[in-house]
Amino acid sequence: MKQFEYVKAGSTQGVINALAQPGTKIIAGGTNLVDLMKRGVTAPDKLVDITHLPLKDITATSGRLHIGTLALNSIVSENSLVQKKQPLLSMALKAGASPQLRNMATVGGNMMQRTRCGYFYDTTLPCNKRQPESGCGAKEGYNRMHAIFGTSEKCIAVHPSDMCVALAALDTTVIIAGKKGERKLAFTDFHKLPGDTPELDNHLAKDEIILGIEIPDNNFADHSYYLKIRDRQSYAFALVSVAVALDISNGVIRSARLAMGGVAHKPWRLYDAEKALAGKQPSVPLFEQIARGAMQGAKAYQHNEFKINLASNAVIQALKVASGLVPA
Amino acid sequence: MNKDFIGESLDRVDGRLKVTGAAKYSGEYKPAGLTYGVLVPATITSGILNAIDTKAALRASGVIAVITPFNAPKVPGYQPDAPRPMKGLKLFNDNKIHFNGQPVALVIADTFERATHAASLIKCKYERQSFATNFHENMETNSKPAGEQHKEYVRGEANAYKSAPFIVEESYTLPSEMHNPMELHVTTAIWDGDDKVTLYTKSQGVISSQRAIATAFNLEQKNVQINSHFVGGAFGSSLRTWPHEIAAVQAARMVKRPVRVTLTREQMFLLVGYRPLTVQKIGIGATADGKLVGITHESFSQTATYEDFTERSVNVSRFLYASPNANTRYKIVPLNVGVPAPMRGPGEATGAYALESALDELSYKLNIDPIELRLKNYADVNPETNLPWSSKYLKECYQQGAARIGWDKRAQKPGTNRDGEWLVGYGMGGGAFGAYRGKTQARIILSADGTVVIKSATSDIGPGTATAMVVIAADRLGLSADKITFELGNSALPVAPTQGGSSTVSSVGSAVNDVCVALKQKLYNLSGKPENSTDPIDYTNVLQQHNLPSLELTTESDVNPDAKKYAMYSFSAHFVQVYVHPVTGVVKIKKVVAVVDGGKIINMKTASSQMIGGAVGGIGMAMTEEAVIDDRYGKYINSNFADYHVPVNADIPQIEAIFIDKPDPVLNPLGTKGIGEISLIGVAPAVANAVYNATGRRIREMPITPDKILKG
Repeated sequence: MKQFEYVKAGSTQGVINALAQPGTKIIAGGTNLVDLMKRGVTAPDKLVDITHLPLKDITATSGRLHIGTLALNSIVSENSLVQKKQPLLSMALKAGASPQLRNMATVGGNMMQRTRCGYFYDTTLPCNKRQPESGCGAKEGYNRMHAIFGTSEKCIAVHPSDMCVALAALDTTVIIAGKKGERKLAFTDFHKLPGDTPELDNHLAKDEIILGIEIPDNNFADHSYYLKIRDRQSYAFALVSVAVALDISNGVIRSARLAMGGVAHKPWRLYDAEKALAGKQPSVPLFEQIARGAMQGAKAYQHNEFKINLASNAVIQALKVASGLVPA
Repeated sequence: MNKDFIGESLDRVDGRLKVTGAAKYSGEYKPAGLTYGVLVPATITSGILNAIDTKAALRASGVIAVITPFNAPKVPGYQPDAPRPMKGLKLFNDNKIHFNGQPVALVIADTFERATHAASLIKCKYERQSFATNFHENMETNSKPAGEQHKEYVRGEANAYKSAPFIVEESYTLPSEMHNPMELHVTTAIWDGDDKVTLYTKSQGVISSQRAIATAFNLEQKNVQINSHFVGGAFGSSLRTWPHEIAAVQAARMVKRPVRVTLTREQMFLLVGYRPLTVQKIGIGATADGKLVGITHESFSQTATYEDFTERSVNVSRFLYASPNANTRYKIVPLNVGVPAPMRGPGEATGAYALESALDELSYKLNIDPIELRLKNYADVNPETNLPWSSKYLKECYQQGAARIGWDKRAQKPGTNRDGEWLVGYGMGGGAFGAYRGKTQARIILSADGTVVIKSATSDIGPGTATAMVVIAADRLGLSADKITFELGNSALPVAPTQGGSSTVSSVGSAVNDVCVALKQKLYNLSGKPENSTDPIDYTNVLQQHNLPSLELTTESDVNPDAKKYAMYSFSAHFVQVYVHPVTGVVKIKKVVAVVDGGKIINMKTASSQMIGGAVGGIGMAMTEEAVIDDRYGKYINSNFADYHVPVNADIPQIEAIFIDKPDPVLNPLGTKGIGEISLIGVAPAVANAVYNATGRRIREMPITPDKILKG
């Protein structure tokens, strides 16, 4: 590991000023960044520690739940407001990582975590995300964990977060601060597809900081479910995951939100499925039809063809549980 | 006093030290002037290291030296003219690269972090050569016979199974499985002058480590001191002295300061062995009433190009069942990979996976309960040698396991037992592992205060060696356990075998038994009581009467000469209940029952812990573990704990360990047979068989992941 400078940020503005200097990175929980530094994937000159800034709050105001960027994953998942108003988020958080990691990891850090693609982590192998124009090791390599939607010639990596899948489904807004002040961004516009610039995971500028997120109130609490399918029952990234939130009254789905994880470079929101569910009564045949539609455009590689079938099944199962057709 | 301790549940005597962090592991010794060595991996998979640029590394802060093949002093034991030339990889002895990640240099610095950074500054020039890491492509074309010890075996007629009315002919694949003990491999080497060296190293056998280091550096054995007081798991990965250990000793001599070399987790996938990728072809045939006609077992397993590794993967098919015909063949496939090593249940765990899976398949073809099929072919003598078993209670294992798992709830027709959406299945798998004993010395010291210290140069890689020895001594001496201390993990202690092959209680326990019996005898003699008296005596009084400050005895215990007349094995039957979700492909193991005929059990609590640990290892083999190489680069692509999945708590259900607990009359005076290996053997087929029973889907390639459940 290269020697680096470490400073504690005095204020949000101080962080933004520090980020103007190239080679500077924010560190919070460090659960991903430290790994990346140890493996030589990233080698910052300076780390700005923001963990003591007052950005940990979880508050409900005027139809929104606000969560500060530094709120710990474990705290958010156990928070009573979150559990009551946005149980999907709590479920997704608890499906992620391990208790030890959730005790360190922050909301903002979770959003900023890099892919877990093995070629990205191994500095002796090609990876366009780590080293632009070096090639994609995964495309012709071992790609069992990789994307089936939204891939590009340059990158087939997936975003590893569970939390982000729930947040994408819940119409979350991201609050960002930079030199020019604050701005808001739809969560679904925060992360990006790889395209020709896989080195960029999201639309956060280099000198910006995430301050927090806002989730609008909704009627999904009684019919939310996060299904994660993985190779072991804890501390494993999703083969596929599905976040479902349904507003059901009088046996009819009034409104639906669906997003998948483990299938793309960003949380994969299923807008067409949501439209198709609205106004219908929950039923297995309906869910099967929805799942078939959701797999339109899926593209598999040598080792991840199973994901198309598995993701389809996961959509069906998550909808069955969320709508109350079967127990979890 | 005179309480019968054997078979009770004594807490680990070093449990408090371990949970409070007071137990000092090999990586925690910090001699004055300690330096840190970090290995630099080759980034090619086969070829020649033509040049190495160490200038930037040597300029980096804190760097003391960089050892490369171009400046390393020759290790005497590596040279062909050595009295006993050492096998295997000879680090820094030449510039050939045999596998990706093979160390090409060792950077020594004043801190681990500085050594790590400097290691990243080393630049190599290679001549790349063609390489092979793809096992399946090379299995048929580039395999070779596994050597003299593994010759083809034929009993009766070869391939006789083909003539049977009911046959199974299938192939079973186990991927490479890494030992991955929690504790990283670590060695600290401290020279005293030019002819004496002390090591703190992760070792399963301090005496064998002592011999290896003495051989490597041409030293007198007594001038090599090996310490391995606590070991954070090894599973077979510390049975031999690895090249990085020798490199640490070499480095310490070169820089004239103590050197510690700790492997990274990634290096743990490369430098300390693993259970090799093995493909096994089984042909098995039976008559309609379930009598076996023949078993053919052929095995292909991965090895290194620079060293052959073999294990007994096919042997179990020769003796586990009374088949009139049996033949086995074993081939190895040399690839550009690190050399494998024995891993818990070596050979038998691999072989039993294939045999017990095939037998399960046969049971469905015959429509006979899998247990009944095994009973119909029960071997009353060893069919390979025709020797009687020293003891065998496998039938009892089947019966007790079936009762505890609820075998009567198993549906004979697969895919028909449901609980809500979940498919429910039951499976079982049996196994056997040789029961061994080796020559062992033990010393006992009785002090005037009535405390006893017993010493032997054995190890504890986790089973609770000292605890078992204290139980034996307490029982034999009629003393309470808190009066007894057992010392191990130091090569200066009386000679004991390496901890492996489930033989420690049999070997060292017998020596402890014998030295305690000898001490008691001596005390009775001193007390003037008749030799066979059963009257209790006060040991401290006897010492006082004879003005003795203490009494010390050393004995050596050897194998029972009658042992040759018997086939000696531990046996097990594992039973598993699984729930499988037909939509998501998720498999949940709901219950495991492990029943073992391991002879007499010395300490129930630690023995149960061993059984649970072994079952967890078996669940890893069945459900999660697989080391993957990208054959384009010849490199492991999942060599970390996030991507290589060892089972976690959430994967592990209730595991019930049941012991037959009947003494073996032959192997040793304690009646034990050993349980370390047998605890894992048979678990993986039991899981796969249960998954088949639940779903009707036979998965013949481990691990059983959701994608395989849902496939086609």
